[in-house]
Amino acid sequence: MKFANYLTENFYDEMFDENDSPRPGAELLIKKIESLPENDLLLKQKAAETALLQMGNTFAVYGSEEGTEKILPFDILPRIIDNKEWLEIEAGLKQRIYALNLFIHDVYHDKKILKDKVVPEDLILSCATYRKQCEGLMPPEKIWCHVTGTDLIRDRDGRFYVLEDNMRCPSGVSYVLENRQVLKRTFPNVFADSNVRPVDEYPNKLLAALENLVPASVSNPKIGVLTPGMYNSAYFEHSFLAQQMGVELVEGQDLVVSDGFVYMRTTKGLQRIDVIYRRLDDDFIDPKAFRSDSMLGIPGIMDVYRAGKVAMANAPGTGIADDKAVYAYVPKIIKYYMDEDPILPNVPTFICRDDKDRAHVLANLDKLVVKAANESGGYGMMIGPHASVKERQEFAERIQKNPRNYIAQPTIALSRVPTIVDTHFEGRHVDLRPYILYGEEIFVLPGGLTRVALKKGSLVVNSSQGGGTKDTWVIGSDKKDNPVPSQSQSQSTSTDPTEDIRR
Amino acid sequence: MLSRVANSIYWMTRYIERAENIARFISVNLNLTLDFSIQPDFKWSPIIMATGDHLLFEKKYGKDYSSRNVIHFLALDQDYSNSIISCLRAARENARSVREIISSEMWEQVNRYYLELKDATITDLAGRNPHKFFKIITMRGHMFTGLLYTTMSHGEAFQFALAGLLLERADKTSRILDVKYFMLLPNAGDVNTPYDSIQWAAVLKSASGLEMYRKRFHRIIPKQVCDFLIFDGEFPRSIRYCLKKAEKALHNISGTQVDSVSNKAEKSLGRLCADLDYSDIEEIINQGMHEYLDALQVKINTVGNDIHDAFFKAIPSETVAETAQ
Repeated sequence: MKFANYLTENFYDEMFDENDSPRPGAELLIKKIESLPENDLLLKQKAAETALLQMGNTFAVYGSEEGTEKILPFDILPRIIDNKEWLEIEAGLKQRIYALNLFIHDVYHDKKILKDKVVPEDLILSCATYRKQCEGLMPPEKIWCHVTGTDLIRDRDGRFYVLEDNMRCPSGVSYVLENRQVLKRTFPNVFADSNVRPVDEYPNKLLAALENLVPASVSNPKIGVLTPGMYNSAYFEHSFLAQQMGVELVEGQDLVVSDGFVYMRTTKGLQRIDVIYRRLDDDFIDPKAFRSDSMLGIPGIMDVYRAGKVAMANAPGTGIADDKAVYAYVPKIIKYYMDEDPILPNVPTFICRDDKDRAHVLANLDKLVVKAANESGGYGMMIGPHASVKERQEFAERIQKNPRNYIAQPTIALSRVPTIVDTHFEGRHVDLRPYILYGEEIFVLPGGLTRVALKKGSLVVNSSQGGGTKDTWVIGSDKKDNPVPSQSQSQSTSTDPTEDIRR
Repeated sequence: MLSRVANSIYWMTRYIERAENIARFISVNLNLTLDFSIQPDFKWSPIIMATGDHLLFEKKYGKDYSSRNVIHFLALDQDYSNSIISCLRAARENARSVREIISSEMWEQVNRYYLELKDATITDLAGRNPHKFFKIITMRGHMFTGLLYTTMSHGEAFQFALAGLLLERADKTSRILDVKYFMLLPNAGDVNTPYDSIQWAAVLKSASGLEMYRKRFHRIIPKQVCDFLIFDGEFPRSIRYCLKKAEKALHNISGTQVDSVSNKAEKSLGRLCADLDYSDIEEIINQGMHEYLDALQVKINTVGNDIHDAFFKAIPSETVAETAQ
């Protein structure tokens, strides 16, 4: 397969510049792909999919027959980012997370930013994700958002913009790590020579961030990942992270609150747990404090948390920074707490609760993307230029009925990456979700998850709506891995122990 | 370790072992058809009778106990909860829930094994070449056990895996023996004669025990075959060997010596092992082989229930009072 007929079509292409020359860092890979025998790339693609299926990195497809499991579609052509560009993204993310953490703490304590009228108080207090129960909470080190997965997009102008701050339970990092494992086998030589920054330190960094929450008085702390259970669509990731960190994977039913502590039910009786990386929404974590119908949570855990006898990551209440109307204020939030201009810009956002903005939104529905403030996963969203007249009318009514709950943004021409379509390459739109850990310091995993909209022309990258993933290579660090010499000799074998049962 | 996790690990290996033993069960008959090429009155129905699920079978296939139907039912019928593929599905679901505890090699093996079996329902290898099919199934079981021994730390989780595997194996060896003893030896007086040695050799083969048996007893005599499969102290599929190793696994979990008792499961298994230590094949034959094996299976089930009570109950008894506050 060759790139000769590949068209960038007036979009920002991540692999080729406007003169169809390879962007920095991409030359080697392009050369390698062009040199492959015909069909070889397709075989590699197939092999990668088989490997992922056998690793069992599948998610259950809801509402279909038992046993229907799918791998998240994976395209073997990586998305490449030059390290120089990456360093700026990294600085921008650190700045943003630092400021947002201060913001969350302030909102649940002194509310200075609200009193100073930088962010309207009623906007915050009307957030569906505002948790009154969290007022006055003192998480260890005053860190609330230990794990963030910020969504970035790149516009036609080549600039990166922040699209969403996912500060509750962002998922997907396991795909980053596993995709990398698979791709290393797919393009071994290119890897060795391209200087791709490694991603495998993520589990260690996550563990360090969790250990950072343990009070000094506790030696040999017990840490667990709290999952809603194996039928949750992100279960693979929960289990993967627990395994990679060597900590317990617990469900709500495994935990019990007793005499002021949280315990695990073990084969040898109750055992104390000190830190919980919870992958369960605030709403479900404690039926006594939040939703009383939750079967997944641990009754009474919030009291233990408040008393500082168990730590949680992320802290409850961080969802407030995910509200899309609050998002619009993040540049002001950064300025307020840090007295700096944001390094990474927001996508320009119209807040429908504002009369002037709303009038503009209603008059330009055919050009704008409208989003509900509290939805995620690509739901509750209308892409104006792609919507029917009827859909636009519907959204106009919804906005007028509940302006607080809607924002609108110009339609961004997301950048594209060459992607295998049948037997050739076509450009497909992508976003980027880097993962940020806030422990002793803020760490940004080099690269992150590139999500790709596999449908032609589609701008929706969510896996629930036809999205797939790509590996993301940040190229050109100064560190270089030394390859381990391969064993030169081995005994030849005549039988294959993994003989195929189907033939 | 978490009670829920211990429970899943114990059942993961039990189901893997169960699947392998269904293959062995069927192999007895396959081995026989190898030795007698033409056998018009050869019966596959006793295999189904031995499972106790003949009504389920007849609902689907009528009275047609052809080898093809029996094999399909026991191996690949996804509606039948005790088929090989259903066992594998259960093993895999358990493995999935403890992926962070077992090695990734183990998970990938059981996952791949199951996915292949699902494909095999379409490609029909079991129908076209059952010998090859069941050989592969048996080898898949060995691969898993090999990975269990060589890629997972031999700590508490491993001991639960071992206990599940060994109890299952002891139970299944007793069942293979039970059905064959009944079929092959209608007259108990023949127990000392080399009656139908080919058939008994098939029983040994299906337990992978023919060569090991020959080393000890040389000639194939039904009584000695039973002695070997029940009492042998060194053969890894004999009932006594499995139960004594399972006993050791339980004591490794509690960290106690085999001659002391710290929970109900150790007690019932210890008693069962002592029974085996202090009885012999003559005694059993006088008592009645079928009656003996039946009672043995009930006792193994009791051990299983006691393990459940001692380790897996969602709320350990000593904590009930606390959680009720």
